[in-house]
Amino acid sequence: MNLDVLAGCFASASCAVTQVSTGLIVGMLLFLVASGLSLIFGVLGVVNFAHGAFYMLGAYFAFLCFERTGSFVAALVAGAVGAGIVGVLFERFFMSKVYGRDLLMQLLVCYAAILIFDDLVKILFGAEYKLMGMPESFATAPVEIAGGFIPSYYIFMLGMSLGIGLLLWLGINRTRLGKVIRALAINPQMVGALGINTRLLYAGVFGLGCALAGTAGALAAPVRSLTPGMGLSVLIESFIVTVIGGMGSIPGALAAALLIGLTRAFGAIGFPLFVDGLMFALMGLVLILRPTGLFGARAA
Amino acid sequence: MRNGLMRTGLMRAGLMRDLLVAMLGLLVLLALPLVFPHPSLRDFLIYVIAYGLLAMSLNLLVGLTGLVSFGHAAYFASGAYVFGLLMQSGAVSVPLAMLAAVGGTALLALVIGAICVRLKEIYFSFITLAFQMFIHSIILTWVDLTGGDQGLRGGIPRPPFLGIDLGEAHTLYAFAAVIFVLCLLAMRQVWQSPFGYTLRMIRDNPARANFLGVDVVRMKLGIFVLAGGVASMAGIIMALFVSGAFPEFGFWTTSGEAIFMIMLGGTQVFLGPVLGAFLLQLLNHYVTIYTHHHGLVLGVVILLIVLGLRRGVADFAANWLAERRAAAPPAPAAPEPAKTKAAG
Repeated sequence: MNLDVLAGCFASASCAVTQVSTGLIVGMLLFLVASGLSLIFGVLGVVNFAHGAFYMLGAYFAFLCFERTGSFVAALVAGAVGAGIVGVLFERFFMSKVYGRDLLMQLLVCYAAILIFDDLVKILFGAEYKLMGMPESFATAPVEIAGGFIPSYYIFMLGMSLGIGLLLWLGINRTRLGKVIRALAINPQMVGALGINTRLLYAGVFGLGCALAGTAGALAAPVRSLTPGMGLSVLIESFIVTVIGGMGSIPGALAAALLIGLTRAFGAIGFPLFVDGLMFALMGLVLILRPTGLFGARAA
Repeated sequence: MRNGLMRTGLMRAGLMRDLLVAMLGLLVLLALPLVFPHPSLRDFLIYVIAYGLLAMSLNLLVGLTGLVSFGHAAYFASGAYVFGLLMQSGAVSVPLAMLAAVGGTALLALVIGAICVRLKEIYFSFITLAFQMFIHSIILTWVDLTGGDQGLRGGIPRPPFLGIDLGEAHTLYAFAAVIFVLCLLAMRQVWQSPFGYTLRMIRDNPARANFLGVDVVRMKLGIFVLAGGVASMAGIIMALFVSGAFPEFGFWTTSGEAIFMIMLGGTQVFLGPVLGAFLLQLLNHYVTIYTHHHGLVLGVVILLIVLGLRRGVADFAANWLAERRAAAPPAPAAPEPAKTKAAG
């Protein structure tokens, strides 16, 4: 424990700014992954245990595209669209076969998917760590705020993920398609009876959730090292986020993701060995005090 | 009348039968390495014993209670580490260290279970997985105690006790086999007990169990702790055999493999998970001979079985047998009553 260091960091504006920006970045990435997880669970009623694998795929697709084209915009699109397409295929050919079956079967299909994706990435890219490198347009001097330095890429990431979150929220709550998707979550038979292709919609929602994870992976690629199996810790953390925020609530996911991100950033200074423990303690506390999560609907 | 017979006579006969099967099974296990004196067979069987015990204990949660835990390997690892650390301290004998490891793990399961069993279905799966990863990360970061990603190094001393020297490979194998059979017998008792049937009711209809005055949370917590304790025994056997403990014991893939073993063997036949452990070890054995891409092959096999066979091998066989038994004898007689009913 280094509580003096932690107190010192809070006292100095520059350290606080740096840590807050780190926390926001971690939180926003988590938010993207968790909102995809939450969306899939809310509409399809299944938890995609393989969600971390799509985060990994997004990062590797972006890495591949950036290496070939050198364009970061193309890399971002490749990460999102690539993960989304793989997600749709995975839903159509495997996940859809186990809807309504034992939880055990769903778990096993996801377990198999993680094993296969991790091994495929290992075969195609090698098991060693990969670095994508910062795109040139962001290789500028960091922005100075109150004595703390924030890389310009961080600001881009922050804006990008906030924008995506806002679009998602608007899309679900303010458009006709969003209304159909919300109806699908409540009564799929009725939606089907009204002549809407529910299968296509299921695949689409699953794909969208995976694309969100892929976007997070692509956004993280320049600042984190890529390795097969990188999705697992993200999966666990994003699950903790959905539990704290409440399953199915996008504002809840945002608030919880930021809380976890800041906890990690400041915890890393105060008690580096107990950062994971702190996250779990937070989750345990929420589960005991408010089992439906901070923003979750109260149990009927 | 028949019911009465079942209640008084058959319960005991069932116990006698279980004991007989256990004795026979133990004899076969002990005889196998003598008949085929190949060290690799003995090693293979010890793996089946350790992972079979892990899968059996997990099935108390999955098959019996309907709690799909995705973090059961945490208790496997905790048993192995506590036992290994106690033995390395040199202060205690093997049986005492085993008791302490099982007791400590049961306590851990009690704390984690108290939070987990309140959650339903998928939430339960996820939170058990989350706690397992927490324990895995503790093992990795507390390097001074656990050796981090290198695992417990320097071997685990196995001082002789009561004239049993576990340093001897044959003795170690026999010791593991005896523990294995004893644990199976204990679990069989739970499986057949009123407690076991209460758990089945909770699995099939928790609301009804609640109405009948069953304290659902306490029952679930009870079986969670029991399953954790048995899993730690499996971990102890593993630690004794490999003379160490490694973080992989508590990694999520170990839990995934245990779930796959259960699915492979079947959840509703008591010994199904052991069959599953045997099949998976066999598969692993051959896959690692022919390819480095272990995950790829294993993943494809899982998908084939889950989407093709749609249930465990033992469940599949049991269903097939039951259908044949149901179909064979009354087959000639069956259509007649239907006809007379239709005519009448």
